[in-house]
Amino acid sequence: MATEADGHPFAARPRRRRQDPRVLGAVAAGGFLGGEARYLLGLAFPTAHGAFPATIFAINISGSFILALLLVLILEVWPPTKYLRPLLATGFCGAYTTFSTWMVDTDRLISAGRYGLAAANVLGSLLAGLAATTLGLACGRALVAYRRRRAEGPLIPAQQPDPSESEALR
Amino acid sequence: MLAILVGLAAALGALARYLLDQFVGTRWESAFPWGTWVINVSGSFILGLITGLAVHHGLNAHVVSVLGTGVCGGYTTFSTFNFETIRLTEDGSLAGSLGNIAGSIASGLLAGAAGLGLALLI
Repeated sequence: MATEADGHPFAARPRRRRQDPRVLGAVAAGGFLGGEARYLLGLAFPTAHGAFPATIFAINISGSFILALLLVLILEVWPPTKYLRPLLATGFCGAYTTFSTWMVDTDRLISAGRYGLAAANVLGSLLAGLAATTLGLACGRALVAYRRRRAEGPLIPAQQPDPSESEALR
Repeated sequence: MLAILVGLAAALGALARYLLDQFVGTRWESAFPWGTWVINVSGSFILGLITGLAVHHGLNAHVVSVLGTGVCGGYTTFSTFNFETIRLTEDGSLAGSLGNIAGSIASGLLAGAAGLGLALLI
């Protein structure tokens, strides 16, 4: 992946720069859509208290996959833009997924004495989230590699010697 | 109407996360993603408090949706936490990656419990 300062998630950032209102607008618009999507999915698929929070689990795992895939596309595939990352990554994926609900749901499962479900929620979300992120990165990078191979043109004919020449050498 | 308010609240949460992550990043330069950690732990505390107020003090369900689902959900992020954890591993810092996992989850659970507990005391 790109390692330029902007591409790195926690590289040193420029000091005391003025905020671009359009970038802030992109973060807010993405945040609106991501939060709205999570809220509506929660209404459509409510989970009972004391049960495994399956809706938030599905949201967090799908959002982790989407974020990883999008970041590869934004940084390495699509033409460079200033607003796509704030809109889609920081705004949408950031607001679509939630860490606090994951934690507080687990706390409430613990206080209800449902230790098995609490452990399943913590470990299941963690492992599935890391796997989804890895898969998203792998899909994005496979696409990058495919595009690079295609842009470089077919390599196979150049690597295979002309059959008539090899006949002549014998 | 409530759905619009939740969306606007999530937009506010996302903006706060963006600005705070920048603020922490410029003052606390490190390979470790402190910005996301501060955001996720503080958001877990606030959501714990809101949830506790709803459970023990009957805080209005619409207010819980706007502040909890909207603001706290938009503010905290699971996807960035995972992405940064994987990036730490890829950059060769397995210790940083494991530290991010253990530190974020342990302090997030404690912060959420502290919020829930504070609501009991109020």
